[in-house]
Amino acid sequence: MSAANWRRAMNMQTPRPVTTPSPASARLARDPRVGRFTFENPVRPRHLIALAFLVAYPWFATPFFTYQIGAQALALGLIALSLTFLGGYGGMISLAQMTVAGIAGYMVAIFGTAATDGVTLGWPWWLAVLLGIVIATLAATFIGWLSVRTEGIYTIMITLAIGVGFYYLVLQNYAVFNGFQGVQKVVPPTLAGIYWRDPTPFYYLALFWALAGYLFVVYLVRTPFGIALQGIRDNPRRMHALGFNVTAHRVAAYAVAGAIAAVGGVLFTWYNGLVTPGSVGTSWLINILIIAVLGGLDHPVGAFLGAVVFVLLQNFAIDVIDRERFNLVIGAVFLVIVLFSRDGLLGWWTALSARLSTQRGGNTWKAARGRSYAR
Amino acid sequence: MESSKRTFVRTLACAVVVAAFAAVAFAQSAPPVKIGLLATLEGPFAAGGQDGIRGAELAVRQRNGVVAGRKIEIIKASSDAKPDVAVNATRKLVEQDKVDIMVGPLSGSEGIAVKEYSKTQPNITFINGSSGAQATTLVNPSPNFFRFNTDGGQWMVGVGKAALDKGYKRVMIIAEDYAFPYSQVQGFMTEYCKLGGKVPVKAWVPLGGKDYASVIARVPKDVDALVVVLGGADAVNFLNQYEQAGGDKPIVGGSITVSQDILNYKGKRRDSLVGTIAGAPVADAYEAPEWKAFVADYKKNFPDGYPSPSLFALVYYLNMKATLDGLEAVKGDLSDGQKKYRDALTKMVLKTPVGDIKLDGNRQAIGTTFVTEVVKDAQGNLYNKVLKKIDNVNQTLGVPPSEFKVGSRDEPNCP
Repeated sequence: MSAANWRRAMNMQTPRPVTTPSPASARLARDPRVGRFTFENPVRPRHLIALAFLVAYPWFATPFFTYQIGAQALALGLIALSLTFLGGYGGMISLAQMTVAGIAGYMVAIFGTAATDGVTLGWPWWLAVLLGIVIATLAATFIGWLSVRTEGIYTIMITLAIGVGFYYLVLQNYAVFNGFQGVQKVVPPTLAGIYWRDPTPFYYLALFWALAGYLFVVYLVRTPFGIALQGIRDNPRRMHALGFNVTAHRVAAYAVAGAIAAVGGVLFTWYNGLVTPGSVGTSWLINILIIAVLGGLDHPVGAFLGAVVFVLLQNFAIDVIDRERFNLVIGAVFLVIVLFSRDGLLGWWTALSARLSTQRGGNTWKAARGRSYAR
Repeated sequence: MESSKRTFVRTLACAVVVAAFAAVAFAQSAPPVKIGLLATLEGPFAAGGQDGIRGAELAVRQRNGVVAGRKIEIIKASSDAKPDVAVNATRKLVEQDKVDIMVGPLSGSEGIAVKEYSKTQPNITFINGSSGAQATTLVNPSPNFFRFNTDGGQWMVGVGKAALDKGYKRVMIIAEDYAFPYSQVQGFMTEYCKLGGKVPVKAWVPLGGKDYASVIARVPKDVDALVVVLGGADAVNFLNQYEQAGGDKPIVGGSITVSQDILNYKGKRRDSLVGTIAGAPVADAYEAPEWKAFVADYKKNFPDGYPSPSLFALVYYLNMKATLDGLEAVKGDLSDGQKKYRDALTKMVLKTPVGDIKLDGNRQAIGTTFVTEVVKDAQGNLYNKVLKKIDNVNQTLGVPPSEFKVGSRDEPNCP
């Protein structure tokens, strides 16, 4: 109801899709055509090419590239997507997204079947997955409810504290979480004669949910809720004055992000085949932030780009340098990307397409428009 | 003129490169054998992992990098003692780098996870690094996973009797809370309880814990000694805090509790470690000529290594030596899904610096354990003296396999 008000208010006033302080959007705001953006067909040739590539990928990639690079990047990208949504559209950086994913993974392991005796309940897999996602979403909502009253660095601190707290809980609790060793052999079921952990089936499973998550976020940020959320990100006080419940919108954003992270968490747990305290440790909490920032917070696709680069580096940095020092390469690449681009890999893409279009005789706002549609 | 000169130099350079490649190709008529080597080069066991790599490299260097006319190519990978990281690194070595044989990993939980993965790659032979959890080869063993080192339980055989001989009739156990210390505690208690010893309290502490005050407060007055199964920094932290709290009970150590890195730490409690008994597959002061030759070789090859090879160096050496000896036995023949190679490994009696090692039906090592005691030499350095050498220790510690239960927090139990 409040979101509908906001849209009506927006339509009556000068149409402004986004308020970013960059000069590109200032030009945008002056351009009358921008108001049409919701009605234009958003599918571009490059989207179709990307989709065709993703679908055909297992047919020319080796099983290793399909599973360890492709499927892992998709699962991690889905978890990072939840942070991109929260951070890019809600302005809230939560370090607890891996914790939410880990809660889903642990719940699937505990309610479902695994090799570790004494901790699993052995319920059917679909019930375990459903419960895992619901419980993780509830946990995310609770985390959101706790942290929305804070801003900026304090949100980071409080979500970090929650993440570390959960890590120590699973590390030291043996009755439910089986402590340091976690739960082993948590694998997807065999359905319709297909073992869903084989490289190609698992890749398509991950691809399906990654696409679903991606399209969901792309859709959601154009709905009244998404637009209100971006309004809150840019000026919460003004939104409050317009009659929006700022806290409720933010908690809802946490819940939505939690559901996305939960699906990613189930996939990632299945990918690893196990869930241990190490899966929700500080290093992973921060890795998710690295993936999201590396790709760029401006658009949902950034999470997946970041995940691909992250997974490639994790696997192949060791091949380009002395084996004992390979973490240096990973650090150096992160540094270069963050240092030379305002918004991760997406920032480079924007700069590149802007330059290309000026060379072709277009003007810069056209290039910037593509980016703005995406938002 | 200038450009023709440049062309000439380029042509010459090209010719040299081509000739070099041709020479290399000619020298290696048989393709090299690719061996993947996985150790922890990050995380809590980074120092141990590095020494493990030294041990494995020593075995390759002793053969000058060639076995049965085939060059040995080692491809290294790193993990951080977490099972998921270990499996990812192993998968990369096997599926991307296409290694023929896989050696690793280092830590207990990693070993269990890599063993599970090995079942999906039946044409590759997996040989353990230094992981010592019992479950790796005892529960659902994999037909292509071999372990040429004894496990954490086997390493503690004989310590229970030695403790009773010292007059420790009641002990408290302080150990880290994961698979490897469970095995160690079981190795100790199986013998100790059978001979009439009592363990009224067991304290399981998290790996990497820093504060042991609550554990120290729980030490009962009526126990004679503490069995401390902690590794690396955990052991040093505990010993310091126990000293500061005024504790004076004698200590029985686990296999990595009184290793060289801990004996060399600086602290007042250091001297009170003299007389500590422990069990391990390695003893610094073992007198056998094979061991002395191994130590000398290690020191010569790795001047930057430890004064004496650590447990990790020895165990990685054993497994890599088995890998290469097996290749020698089949003349480098890895055809037919490596069937011949595996048969050779199964039947092999491995000659090692610490005595002969052979495999049981689960491809798990049967070998020698040393009961050691910490003593002080003339220069004031602490080292491990051999108290007793026990040969042919098997994985079920002499208990019939049908009655044997894998060690856990509550198993065995004798309060």
